[in-house]
Amino acid sequence: MKVLVAVKHVVDAYVQIRLMADGSGVDTRGLKHNINPFCEIAVEEAVQLKEKGDASEVVICSIGEDAVQETLRKALALGADRAVHLKTTAQMQPLQLAKVLHTLVESEKPDLVLMGKQSIDGDNNQTAQMLAGLLGWPQGMFASRLELKGQELVVNREVDSGEETLQLKLPAVVSADLRLNQPRHVTLPNLMKTKQKPLEVQTLPDLAPSSYKILNVTEPAKRQKGVLLNSVDELLDKLKNEAKVVG
Amino acid sequence: MRESMQYDVLIVGAGPAGLACAIRLKQLAEAEGKTLSVCVLEKGAAVGAHLLSGAVLETRALDELLPNWQSMGAPIDTAVTTDDFQYLYNDQKGLKLPTPKLMKNDGNYIVSLSELGRWLATQAEALGVEIFAGFAASEILYHADGAVKGVATGDMGIQKNGEKGDNYTQGVEIHAHQTVFAEGCRGSLSKQLIAQFDLQKDKSPQTYALGVKEIWQVESPHYSAGQMLHTVGWPLKNNTYGGSFVYHMANNKVAIGFVVGLDYQNPTLSPFHELQRFKHHPDILPLLEGGKRLAYGAKTLVEGGVQSMPKLTAPGAVLVGDAAGTLNVAKIKGNHTAMKSGMVAAEALFEHFNAGGTGGEVVAYEVNFKSSWAYKELYQVRNIRPGFKHGLILGALNAFKEMYLWPARRTLKNHADHAQLKPVGKFKPIAYPKPDGEISFDKPSSVYLSNTYHEENQPAHLKLKDEAAAIDVNLNQFGAPETHYCPAGVYEILKTEDGLPFLQINAQNCLHCKACDIKDPTQNINWQTPEGGGGPNYTDM
Amino acid sequence: MAILVIAEHDHGQLNPVTLSTLKAATQLSGDVEVLVAGYDCKNVVEQLTKCEAVQTVLSVDNLLYQHFLPENLSLLIASIAQGYSHILAPATTFGKNFMPRLSALLDVQMVSDITAIESEDTFKRPIYAGNAVATVQCSSPQKLLTIRPTAFEKVALNRSAPAPVRSVPAAEGFEDSAFVSVQQANADKPQLSQAKVVVSGGRGLQKAENFKMLEDLATKLGGGAIGASRAAVDVGWIGNDCQVGQTGKVVAPELYVAVGISGAIQHIAGMKDSKVIVAINKDENAPIFEVATYGLVADLFDAVPELIEKLAEEG
Repeated sequence: MKVLVAVKHVVDAYVQIRLMADGSGVDTRGLKHNINPFCEIAVEEAVQLKEKGDASEVVICSIGEDAVQETLRKALALGADRAVHLKTTAQMQPLQLAKVLHTLVESEKPDLVLMGKQSIDGDNNQTAQMLAGLLGWPQGMFASRLELKGQELVVNREVDSGEETLQLKLPAVVSADLRLNQPRHVTLPNLMKTKQKPLEVQTLPDLAPSSYKILNVTEPAKRQKGVLLNSVDELLDKLKNEAKVVG
Repeated sequence: MRESMQYDVLIVGAGPAGLACAIRLKQLAEAEGKTLSVCVLEKGAAVGAHLLSGAVLETRALDELLPNWQSMGAPIDTAVTTDDFQYLYNDQKGLKLPTPKLMKNDGNYIVSLSELGRWLATQAEALGVEIFAGFAASEILYHADGAVKGVATGDMGIQKNGEKGDNYTQGVEIHAHQTVFAEGCRGSLSKQLIAQFDLQKDKSPQTYALGVKEIWQVESPHYSAGQMLHTVGWPLKNNTYGGSFVYHMANNKVAIGFVVGLDYQNPTLSPFHELQRFKHHPDILPLLEGGKRLAYGAKTLVEGGVQSMPKLTAPGAVLVGDAAGTLNVAKIKGNHTAMKSGMVAAEALFEHFNAGGTGGEVVAYEVNFKSSWAYKELYQVRNIRPGFKHGLILGALNAFKEMYLWPARRTLKNHADHAQLKPVGKFKPIAYPKPDGEISFDKPSSVYLSNTYHEENQPAHLKLKDEAAAIDVNLNQFGAPETHYCPAGVYEILKTEDGLPFLQINAQNCLHCKACDIKDPTQNINWQTPEGGGGPNYTDM
Repeated sequence: MAILVIAEHDHGQLNPVTLSTLKAATQLSGDVEVLVAGYDCKNVVEQLTKCEAVQTVLSVDNLLYQHFLPENLSLLIASIAQGYSHILAPATTFGKNFMPRLSALLDVQMVSDITAIESEDTFKRPIYAGNAVATVQCSSPQKLLTIRPTAFEKVALNRSAPAPVRSVPAAEGFEDSAFVSVQQANADKPQLSQAKVVVSGGRGLQKAENFKMLEDLATKLGGGAIGASRAAVDVGWIGNDCQVGQTGKVVAPELYVAVGISGAIQHIAGMKDSKVIVAINKDENAPIFEVATYGLVADLFDAVPELIEKLAEEG
């Protein structure tokens, strides 16, 4: 089984973002970037599939400027076999990303595409589902467990009501949730070895403009200060009759 | 057995000294067509993440290292325009003084060291230097004959309880012919190296200051890129060495900070709170009003000068930059001298390899450094900082005498900072005003802006040698000074269920400033490296 | 043009998130139709006919939709999508599963997790884990939207005459994925990041054993998860998997109860999007009160037992 993992290079989860003074977006210049945490989990899962003998090859891809190669190197250091950098300076929306990945899937012909369930910048949670839709492949989103059984994949997925189990025929698209695994640490020798692993750069053609436009980005509204109450009774009354959160 | 990797030169710390050393080594090798492998380890999650400085850069060392830096896209573009010096009498009044000649900054630039570090790293990588960020050198390795063999990186995935977690990963050994310790002020391995080889022998103890710094986005008519101001006086008492800096960076950003010499005596002093109240001074406030604080950080700096500079070499190892104490305190600058020390070290190491050497002690480095311009300028100012031991007035008079009249031939001594604290009962505790949430802030909301993160489930990297001393000495005699000076709120005195006080260490807040390792009255707090990648994530400090 | 809302339900009961999604739909211009796709889901259809916001209820009762497989749902909705200006679903694991797939089938860039509707084509949505809000405009002829339920009120079920029901044929089925099973989460002990109620403790609790009191409170509040401030985790009173905040879990429940938590910004970053925040703290200057919907300045060791007792009386 060949596994393709699509990963995103994002502002590190522990770094505060700043907004552009003109409200046009987020100023990410100079901020530490890293592999998107959900994508890192997807890479780890693919590597574990390979270590179990289920996967024969793990290919990583990422879309963006040259800086994404840093994230590709990290994925290679985690144990992926080779990387493809789909180079563009365009800010792409999920459907555009899914279409680019669709093209790559047609040339790479993986049996399984693994992705993070969402990126922690755009928070869209769309691209994996869209790719599955474009390919007409089964999808297993928000996965917390994977198991290969012959030509089928058993996927446990996190849903609001609990955990659901699906059986998918390969090829399929799976997106990783937090509990799927705990990624290993990158080691120095493995980071060194990434230099010997292939990293192919493909320049993407210009895109048709998206129908989706970000008009502005602002700070979230400050939460309104509420009221100070004098007693537990008053609190209960408010919770029941005003907020209606207690039955 | 740990895995090991071998390099010709290993550099610990990707700051200005370490990166300048790396770049110079590769330049020399390239010029002579030699192969030389150079590896740089950086404990910050990225290069620049732990770099903090004022900073006003004198480009002398950079001019020598990369003469074309201007056309190479160096993030050095805000030339100093005006350069003011003020004495603040009290919380209302200030007096503009003539700027002392050493503090003049014609031809210098206001920069972010964090940005400059990232740029230097790019230059180094282009020359073939291998830089690994997110890996903390946690242990010095020695050959059987006692010479330095390299370092080991820390294990990852050790849990709070000391046991190995699911993703435990053993550290690796990095061996090198020569290891360059460029860890910056009070480096945790440099400290061990100095002890191991007794490098501080016959020298004054090193002395330090703690700097706390914020970056603001301002919308004030008082803003003008390139402007800079230093103040002395209020809010410090005249017997405490320190002062502020206010540097107007490009794009409506202002770096504002406060530096306090760690030889202060009153254990209730808090450099963090000094900065907070300083910002309310009527000469400062209008610049910040209506603005927004973007970032916060803190770092110690060396102030000891040449009399405190350790011996710079040991078998298989050299010390460069702030780890060697190369800061020029009178100029309030250390980046140019740090870089120069790294470059001189590189030249000496290269020479040593060229002569067929591998390990061994490269004594030529120290000899060469002592004849460099960097050492000369440090030597010239060596008596200025110690002169402030008796307060601001006498210190200023001494500095004036040293610079303008007749410099002393003898060298004044320094005294260890940790020994200067007086019992808490001797002072009225300093009552700092409550932060207003607009101009002044508390420690937690400040630490938030440093983007500090440590893997939560790991043992505290701040270790007490003697648990009991935290209460018996620190609390009972000195009123727990660490709860005051720590700019990140790492230390708290809490009570057990039985009402007994204990010291709570919130190691996740740690900004890696090292003040506790320096100032603890009995040197009971030992700062060790946490898991690699932990600590602040500065972007424009 | 009409607006289509996709109902979330468990075949027997309507999930209230649908009522919030319907509320969002009423802020757009056009008749609102709601699609109930399921198996043996008459009861849900009937509930929705009572909804004032609904013009027509569309119903597909077919085994294909018993497990809401996104492959089937997206094919179904694509088959009836023509003629709708907007298609809305709740931004839950239900809606997030099939809407992007549908979006790909219809070749429309959708908009996720909307917290405000500015106009027919302009919406607000949080990005960077709620640290910024983007206003986005969607110029495609058809708009596909998922709605964050906690950001909208619920429409009432008080229609005088029931709304008409129209039956819709099932679409083709997708062969390559199969439902195996579902394990319902323990309703009494939900996961922290998914719980509707979170009760969190801080330093004010004074010792580990006092978290037991919070568990009692969570149970009385209908089964909530236990959270903690980092300060409480750091002193070792509770494991760090319970930590709410910048470096812990980010939660946004219907009800967040902060007990003995001062409210450092690091903690607030992890819970500020909760719908209702209750703070119990004896320090009236604690920053937690700046974000609390309801604040009670009281000794938690008096207030929490009293609250537990009074909730039990009513229980």
